Amino acid sequence: MSTPIKNIEKMPEFKELVTRRWTVATILTVLVFITYYGFVLVVGLSKATLAQKIGVVTTLGIPVAIAVIVISFFLTLYYVIWANSRYDSLALSILNKARSK
Amino acid sequence: MQTSVGQPTASAIIFFCIFVATTLLITYWAAKRTKTTTEYYAAARSVTGFQNGLALSGDYMSAASFLGISGLVALSGYDGMIYATGWLVGWPVLLFLVAEPLRNMGKYTFADVLAYRLRQRPVRIASAIGGILTLIFYAIAQMVGAGNLIKLMFGLPFELAVMIVGVVMLAYVLFGGMIATTWVQIIKACLLLGGVTVLMIMALAQFNFSPSELYSAVAAQYGQSSLEPGGLITSPVDAVSLGLALMLGLLGLPHILMRFYTVPDAKEARKSIVYATGFIGYFYIIIPIVGFAASVLVGRDVIKAIDKGGNMAAPLLAELLGGTPFLGFIAAVAFATILAVVAGLTLAGASTLSHDIYVHVVKGGKAGEREQMTVARVATFIFGITAILLGILFKGQNVAFMVGLVFAIACSANFPALLLSIVWKKFTTAGATASILVGAILAVVLIFLSPTVWVDILKNPKAIFPLKNPAIFSMTAAFIVAIVVSYLFPEKESEEKFDEGKVRTYLAIGSE
Repeated sequence: MSTPIKNIEKMPEFKELVTRRWTVATILTVLVFITYYGFVLVVGLSKATLAQKIGVVTTLGIPVAIAVIVISFFLTLYYVIWANSRYDSLALSILNKARSK
Repeated sequence: MQTSVGQPTASAIIFFCIFVATTLLITYWAAKRTKTTTEYYAAARSVTGFQNGLALSGDYMSAASFLGISGLVALSGYDGMIYATGWLVGWPVLLFLVAEPLRNMGKYTFADVLAYRLRQRPVRIASAIGGILTLIFYAIAQMVGAGNLIKLMFGLPFELAVMIVGVVMLAYVLFGGMIATTWVQIIKACLLLGGVTVLMIMALAQFNFSPSELYSAVAAQYGQSSLEPGGLITSPVDAVSLGLALMLGLLGLPHILMRFYTVPDAKEARKSIVYATGFIGYFYIIIPIVGFAASVLVGRDVIKAIDKGGNMAAPLLAELLGGTPFLGFIAAVAFATILAVVAGLTLAGASTLSHDIYVHVVKGGKAGEREQMTVARVATFIFGITAILLGILFKGQNVAFMVGLVFAIACSANFPALLLSIVWKKFTTAGATASILVGAILAVVLIFLSPTVWVDILKNPKAIFPLKNPAIFSMTAAFIVAIVVSYLFPEKESEEKFDEGKVRTYLAIGSE
């Protein structure tokens, strides 16, 4: 590719793109950590919370465990939707700008 | 209950033969398309995101997930669900932190990412140590599991079972490389997801398709405590440590990371993780239903009478609900599961030995295409035979701890170095090498001193290291060593290459 790589790296748009990517990634990682380790710590510290009945015999723990999996999936889905729309279009516009220089 | 578990039934043999024949045909087809190293290691980067999502699920959902977790739920109830969640939560983190940069920076192995900016020889040797340790322990656990399960299900002798798995798996990998391995994973993932779905529907039909009726039956037979957290998690630190190993160990599994090189670009790589997370998440949501239903319909005593660990819960339930033919199908799926996972491990092991060690360490990166292909196949053979021999050697040993060990090494040796080489400018060769070695050594030593090995296997009264899984300690140590050593021995070249590499990492310019 003929694009001058050195120039792209110094473009403010490029720096902004990298910062944004890691901001989004860090926030989502923190959310996964809160979800999962929050669950594990509740199990470890307060079993009674999850042993509460929400039906005849069904305990709160059952939907909560399923929710940990479902939330993880939706965070993944959110990232991909964000990356496919925002990240990719920003990346493309940076490439176009660098080529037109 | 009368069971044909433990006997080679006609249906099991027929289903198994259909699976092996189909996959060997695919291997024959793939072999004609496997002439270059890119085809051998990376399926010519022609796998779509959806296909790779299925293949990743196939690589990850081992017999331990299917038989082990359903058995754990059947015997200890809700605790099995807690365990299942830990197996899923690594996937989003893999996507957020590693997958795309890995795809853009590397070629065949995760060591490529480190070697892009660090000095080739030391980091390739160090990452090969971390990688091979992870893969070989995983392969031993799978092989011993295969031998035991096949013995339990078909009554075949242990050694024969291990050899069948080894020989079929070597045929896939030697001739069909990544193309064949990917299709074996895809077929296996579909069979496993489909088989467990049918099993779950048949089980729920017994309870008028109402999970709460199922839970009521569980509570009536085994008490309310089966639906509450029990003895799995005793100390929070222990639980977090095991959780860290399961979650971040995924980010250091070489055979999983290698899959991202089979897709054309980072966009397909990210899509493949959504699909994988969806499939695997669905699997871990429905597998507890199978376990609970087995405890009610088959009964804990019957399950334990056949296998103390509960591994036969799902096959017994299949036989009860669908008769011998369905048992045969589920048994064949379990066999296929092991076969596919071992194939993935072997290909990853071969790429480490040939691409990282032979091509870059021994030959300094100068090896012709033909030579590389020959070495790749020799390395496949060596890794495969080693796995078979070690599998036989460990016959009758308790290898349950090995999966914990694999994840501990992966998250302590491979993951910190990989993450830091992606995100930290001041990371150096010395830092990476020291971090990988410290992580690997600590993970291995501490697990031997932990209750898992020191008490449960070596029968000592008290463990020297208190935690069941050392991840929280060994991974933290690996990060600290990486940072301290990098500051002590700065490397200008690594910082320069880090900046140059950014355009490749984030815009895929120059990616392969």
